[in-house]
Order: sequence, then C-alpha cells, then structure tokens
Amino acid sequence: MDGTEGEGPHGTGWYDDAAGPVVRPYALTRGRTHYEGGEFDLVALIVTAEAAPEADGALPHAPWAPEPEHEMILDLCRTPLSVAEIASDLELPLGVVRVLLGDLLDHSLIGVRRPAPVAQFPSERVLKEVIDGIRAL
Amino acid sequence: MESVRSDTAAPPAGDSALTVKILVAGGFGVGKTTLVSAVSEIRPLRTEEALTEKSIGIDDTSAVASKTTTTVAMDFGRITLPNGLVLFVFGTPGQDRFWFMWDELAKGALGAVVLVDTRRLADCFASVDYFERRGVPFIIGVNRFDGAAPHTADQVRDALDLPSDIPVVSCDVRDREDAKQILITLVEHIMRRMS
Repeated sequence: MDGTEGEGPHGTGWYDDAAGPVVRPYALTRGRTHYEGGEFDLVALIVTAEAAPEADGALPHAPWAPEPEHEMILDLCRTPLSVAEIASDLELPLGVVRVLLGDLLDHSLIGVRRPAPVAQFPSERVLKEVIDGIRAL
Repeated sequence: MESVRSDTAAPPAGDSALTVKILVAGGFGVGKTTLVSAVSEIRPLRTEEALTEKSIGIDDTSAVASKTTTTVAMDFGRITLPNGLVLFVFGTPGQDRFWFMWDELAKGALGAVVLVDTRRLADCFASVDYFERRGVPFIIGVNRFDGAAPHTADQVRDALDLPSDIPVVSCDVRDREDAKQILITLVEHIMRRMS
C-alpha cells in the first residue's frame, strides 16, 4: 500500500470527493454492521414504545446501558418517524441507525410499522388516494 | 392446511403504516433534488449510507483501511397527504457506481420518475435500463432547461426507444404544480398498468 487513499489497483479511485468523506461510523455500534433480527425498511415508521410499567426489580434481561444515540432515537420517535428521517436527523449512515434500532427493538423500546405492501399488492384504492392527496396539496 | 396459508398471508393491516415511496432518477444535475423540494412539506433531507467493501463488490480492498467507509447521499422529501398517507420521494444517487443503493430504494417503490435533460439525453439511459429490467413502473419527465431546444414527447420517446404507453411529460421541476402533475401522471400510469 502506497498510502494514497482512494487509489484502486489500477490507479483509478473508486471513491472521490463527490462520494463524501471517509468516515468510521461503525465505531458507535462497536463494529457491528448488521442487525440479526431482520430488516428496517427505509420508510418503515419507528415509534417509541409506551413506557413499560416498572416491574419491581424483576426484569428478566440483563441491565443495558444505552448509548446517547439510542436515547436520541427514542426522543425523536415519540411521533412516528421513518428510518430514513432518523438517519438524516442524527446525521448517521443508515446502516448504523439500523443496528441502533435493532438494539432498541431487542429491548422492546420501539415499535415498527412496516410500509404498506402497495408495490407488491397494488390496490387501486390506495393509488387513487395518493392521486387525490397530491391534487389536494 | 388452510390455517397455515392464512398465517403466511400479507401481514395484518394494523402492523403496517401507509407509507409509499416514489423515486426520482436521472443524471447528475438534472433537477432531482429540485423536484423533491418542489413537492416536499419539509426541506429535503439528506440521508447517507456507508459504503463498505461488501457494497462496492471489489476484491482488492488494500487501499481501504479496515472498517473505513465512504458514504453515498440521497436526498428525500416527505409529503403527508390529507388522507393520512405518507408519501416519500427519494432522489436516487446520481453516480452509476452506487447501484447497490438503487436496489434498496427500488424495493417496495410504487414507481419512478426519470428526469431527462435533452442536452444530455444519454445520462438517463442507465436509469431507464434499470427500471425496465426490474419491472419498476416509470415515466419520463423532460426538464425544461433554459437554452435547451424544445423537443416533442415523441422525439424523446424515439430517442430513448420507449414503448408508446410510457408517458413523456415536459415540466419545470422548480414549479410546484408541475412537480405535482408529474407525480400524478406516474401514479395514473401505474393504475393503467394494473388494469
């Protein structure tokens, strides 16, 4: 390695200024790049779960120390917010946000509303509603 | 085993949100973000995805220190429709090398608007190819740039070798009414394809 960042084997960089800065976003997730429990769609809506009633110290799971970013997500999602918007608000890459959301879901701190499967099962009614809605803007 | 069948059917309605996604594609600088801004109720947001060696699909990662990534940005807007539906409009990353991100964007998308600048028609070929191959419904929006010679819809359609049923619409993406109309034209096109 000659130390020239961005230079590929043939001397042509596969990333450049337009691609943005080189970052180390996964430090925040302690190197985890994937959530094993499933996927968070870009436009799935995340909503903070109602505070669970205090269970007299009999919690089944081990204590968990959330990162400040976990708390920020819980704060943001008091009103339902899409995964893409959370990533944008936190200025974190989508992959990182998905890992953080996975942590929160594992601890039942958020609910996930998946997008309506309109693309797979298009419904004329939904499409008409979209058209009417855009017209009314 | 009817009980099993019903278990594997579409998820219960209460579990899903009425969010729908439309894409805006086209070459670099063709006006994708401008179109998103024109219809969005919020200032267009920018979200980023980190590119990892895996996403790039290259074998030689010697130039990239471990766990170091670069990012690809997508601009998007949100429109809450009066009936409670939430429509997200995503501009696709302009550079061809970000194809992996397109798959994520195209998944579950209603359809796409491919914006065209007639002075740089070839810039949109990759988008048109992509949506044709994936079976994603799309229409063509010809952005009226100052100084561009006006072309008829048929001229553009011929140049792109498109079937006659794909709408080609001229528009000024800065104009909110034009931007609304182009989204409506897309959804009407999707409805026609269903019937």
